[in-house]
Amino acid sequence: MNIKVLFFASCRDLIGTGEREMTLPDGATITALISKLASEQARFTDMAPSLMVSVNQAYVERDAVLQDGDEVAFIPPVSGG
Amino acid sequence: MADDVYKIQEKKITPDALYNAVLADSDGAVTTFAGVVRDNTKGRGTSYLVYDAYRDMAKKKMREIGDEIKEKWEVDCVGILHRVGRLEIGEISVLIAISSPHRKASLEACHYAIDRLKQTVPIWKKEVWTDGGEAWIEGDPSALASR
Repeated sequence: MNIKVLFFASCRDLIGTGEREMTLPDGATITALISKLASEQARFTDMAPSLMVSVNQAYVERDAVLQDGDEVAFIPPVSGG
Repeated sequence: MADDVYKIQEKKITPDALYNAVLADSDGAVTTFAGVVRDNTKGRGTSYLVYDAYRDMAKKKMREIGDEIKEKWEVDCVGILHRVGRLEIGEISVLIAISSPHRKASLEACHYAIDRLKQTVPIWKKEVWTDGGEAWIEGDPSALASR
């Protein structure tokens, strides 16, 4: 399946882009996506525990199962206002 | 009854930007809160700020805050504007305006709105300091537990 992955603020700086198209095996979870990103960028492993994750603009837990076409975002602790 | 307003914008926010939008003849109060760019963080001089947002989700989360408010208080209309891009000292980063028939509801709801915004809305602030340093500011991660 193909998904769109968005990165913001410090996470965007670490990954080096704000948006990526990624391919994952069917049934993959957020945890699997994090592992894949960490295998490409080791420092993502350190950052990941502090990140919230959304799928299609709703916050989800790490065991959420992804679907083809999902929009996933990695969300550092927010600091708006 | 006026329409609720939830917007993310590059354009400068004026203090009265939401006032007329939230006000109806049946209202007896409008509470407005403006978050403003301060010239220092704990004494370290700030040159300017840059705000980034996950725009579509930020608007959705702001609307959810408005919906929560309407469940908790008898308010008429909720408006929330948040700015993105580069902001100079003294400019408004966030503006909230809430109208209600009676003052207590909009006063309490406005306080709730800014606290919730800082917990759940995907917006980030980068501080650029006068000494040349800069960093993305991260909020309290535990706040997201109450998303």
